[in-house]
Amino acid sequence: MKYLHLVWRGLLRRKLRTLFTALSIFIAFLLFGALMALRVAFGMGVDLAGQDRLVMIQKVSFIQPLPLSYMNRIAATPGVSGVTHSSWFGGIYQDPKNFFAQFAVDPESWLAMYPEYVLPDAQKQAWFADRTGAVVGRALADRFGWKVGDRVPLRGTIWRTADDAPWTFTIDGIYEAGTKGTDTTQFFFHYAYFNETRTFGKDLTGWYVVRVADPRQSEDVAARLDALFANSSSETKTSTEKAFVQAFAKQIGDIGSILMAILAAVLFTILLVAANTMAQAVRERTNELAIMKTLGFGDGQLLGLVLMESVMLAVIGGGAGLLVAWLITQQGDPTGGLLPAFFLPTRDLVLGVGLIVALGIAAGLLPAWQAGRLRIVDALRRQG
Amino acid sequence: MQALSQILAITAVNVRSIPQRLGSSIVAIVGIAGVVVVFVAVLSIAQGFRAAMTTAGDPRTAIVMRAGTDSELSSILMREHTQLVKDAPGLAQGPDGPVASAELFVIVNHPKRSTGSDANVPLRGVEPGAFAVRPRLRMVEGRPFQPGRNEIIVGRAAAGQFTGLEVGRDVRWGENVWKVVGVFEADGAISESEIWCDARVLQGAYRRGDSFQSVYVQLEREDGLEAFKAALAADPRLNVMAQRETDYLAEQSTVLQTIIRTIGFVIAGLMGIGAVFGAINTMYNAVASRTREIATLRALGFGALSIVASVMAESAVLALIGGIAGGLLAWGVFDGYRTSTMNFQSFSQVAFAFRVTPALLVQGLACALVMGFLGGILPAIRAARLPIVNALREL
Repeated sequence: MKYLHLVWRGLLRRKLRTLFTALSIFIAFLLFGALMALRVAFGMGVDLAGQDRLVMIQKVSFIQPLPLSYMNRIAATPGVSGVTHSSWFGGIYQDPKNFFAQFAVDPESWLAMYPEYVLPDAQKQAWFADRTGAVVGRALADRFGWKVGDRVPLRGTIWRTADDAPWTFTIDGIYEAGTKGTDTTQFFFHYAYFNETRTFGKDLTGWYVVRVADPRQSEDVAARLDALFANSSSETKTSTEKAFVQAFAKQIGDIGSILMAILAAVLFTILLVAANTMAQAVRERTNELAIMKTLGFGDGQLLGLVLMESVMLAVIGGGAGLLVAWLITQQGDPTGGLLPAFFLPTRDLVLGVGLIVALGIAAGLLPAWQAGRLRIVDALRRQG
Repeated sequence: MQALSQILAITAVNVRSIPQRLGSSIVAIVGIAGVVVVFVAVLSIAQGFRAAMTTAGDPRTAIVMRAGTDSELSSILMREHTQLVKDAPGLAQGPDGPVASAELFVIVNHPKRSTGSDANVPLRGVEPGAFAVRPRLRMVEGRPFQPGRNEIIVGRAAAGQFTGLEVGRDVRWGENVWKVVGVFEADGAISESEIWCDARVLQGAYRRGDSFQSVYVQLEREDGLEAFKAALAADPRLNVMAQRETDYLAEQSTVLQTIIRTIGFVIAGLMGIGAVFGAINTMYNAVASRTREIATLRALGFGALSIVASVMAESAVLALIGGIAGGLLAWGVFDGYRTSTMNFQSFSQVAFAFRVTPALLVQGLACALVMGFLGGILPAIRAARLPIVNALREL
């Protein structure tokens, strides 16, 4: 570490060039961070899916409902430790552009199924007791400035009230994210109120969520449940939440993998730029390096010095880029509700740091090796 | 005149000397080409998606849904309402009455070829008038389905993206088995992503009673929409809204387009900044390595402006090479690449092809030139302001 000062002076030798190189590395890692967050977002939060939860939908199409009467039969199936259900509402708040997801659920079993929706106990109890009550996620509440006690009208697009008046809900609670990436842009309200008010489709629900007692048995339980309703008028398809989310994410298609290819291209380009700059910096200093050798610096030491300079440049530029990317993704979803799981996982941050160091070493290796092999006499004789 | 010949002379020397500084020049070219590839590729996705959503194209086609709904999926119309819509004034008349088709739109789970996992495929039940309402639609293989039978025809794009949709095959969704009897094309419009069957059969299969979701109609005249809307609004038995089909589809495609475009511009923008830094470095190097030459030229009486212009010209040449290379690469790799994705507003798959249009290529090239300009300007000024005496002395 006693050469740190020397390395630093090396970087300051051509301030402008160092600055621009650092800036391009900065951009590369800013992009890296943004793309990793996008990857999570396009994956629809597959990593967040519960290990012990199954999703049961109608076999032919997820827009087809399932009978509410399935609830008890599911609960009685061996291996099942909990069940709840949910229905898509699809209402409009003020303007169709204000899209957010709304679901009619059975409050108690729903919150028991999803411990990641964290709600103060008082708000929970208030919601359970209030038939026209709703709970909303923190991000959604912030978006529209809603507070507990506010009344929110939603115009139904699919589900209408008898006189076609708007549905009105009282906000009884605001839930926070229990784990990183939990979707806090949703709106939940009582199925009972929904079911008695809507004009058709009574006693049907959108899908079931089932908790299995032992996650290792989830495949078996899923098969057992589907067998239970086989050859009925509403056959079912049950899969783990993870598989369900994955299948949904796959529907977005190749766009995610194209983004990944772009990322690779970007990093490669930046690597070229950085490597070239480092090589130039060393070539320019041939004389200096020769003098240092004359003064008694060993080959290994010179190699180390040049490598350190390169890594330092990468760490300064890349570190700042990664930091800024992290700060930006802390703000959450930039699209206002379309990509709810938008964050930079710790795993990718670690990967980023690894890439920075790798970039520094790769960019510095060739010039460092050249510097280490310099023959003093040749180097001193050479001009520029 | 003299300035111009000076500029030309120095530029020619500069450009001819590029091969000597090949390493750093290539870096600038690769950087700029990379940006152009990203820019063109991402926007070609948005372009292709938009094309699929908006080429339905006939300005006389209008769609009628229940008032207050944002997509066919959430609309409901009973048969008596669809009849009232068809009887409204202002519709084109065919041999069997008004040119219109009441339709039912559902989604079925069907595996995608590329991933093998289930995707939401749109299944549309139509009436015989459907072909008349969409004049560009035509059968290219097999025959139309026969009313009353469990037969389907599939759009060309859907047949390419999903498994087992060849003519003569059977597919099974739930309790129903359907026979594929034909394939249709619609000039790349969104209909090609769909599977069609007889509306009445679909009502039975999905227990929809005698309900529909929309009525597609052909207006008598292109400007007849307002009058048609007014006629519908005047009927107290109806609670519906009419839109031009093109407007409806444009609206349906906004969300995904916005996402793709935003991501595209942000990535290309950031990368562009990075590439400009690369170009600046390259040009600084170019200037630094020719310090003595430049000073000599100045001493010989070449003007500062000529020096600036020549450095800028070199930068522009590099950018142009990068821009063309990037554009060609994007065009070669991405143009016509077929894929499908989910349209968030209808929860169903839209199959489309990436489209690298000439306009996009021109935009990419313009991007490259801007980067070349930005990358060249600082080094050019520096070159022009070199103190001659010091520069001549420099090694």
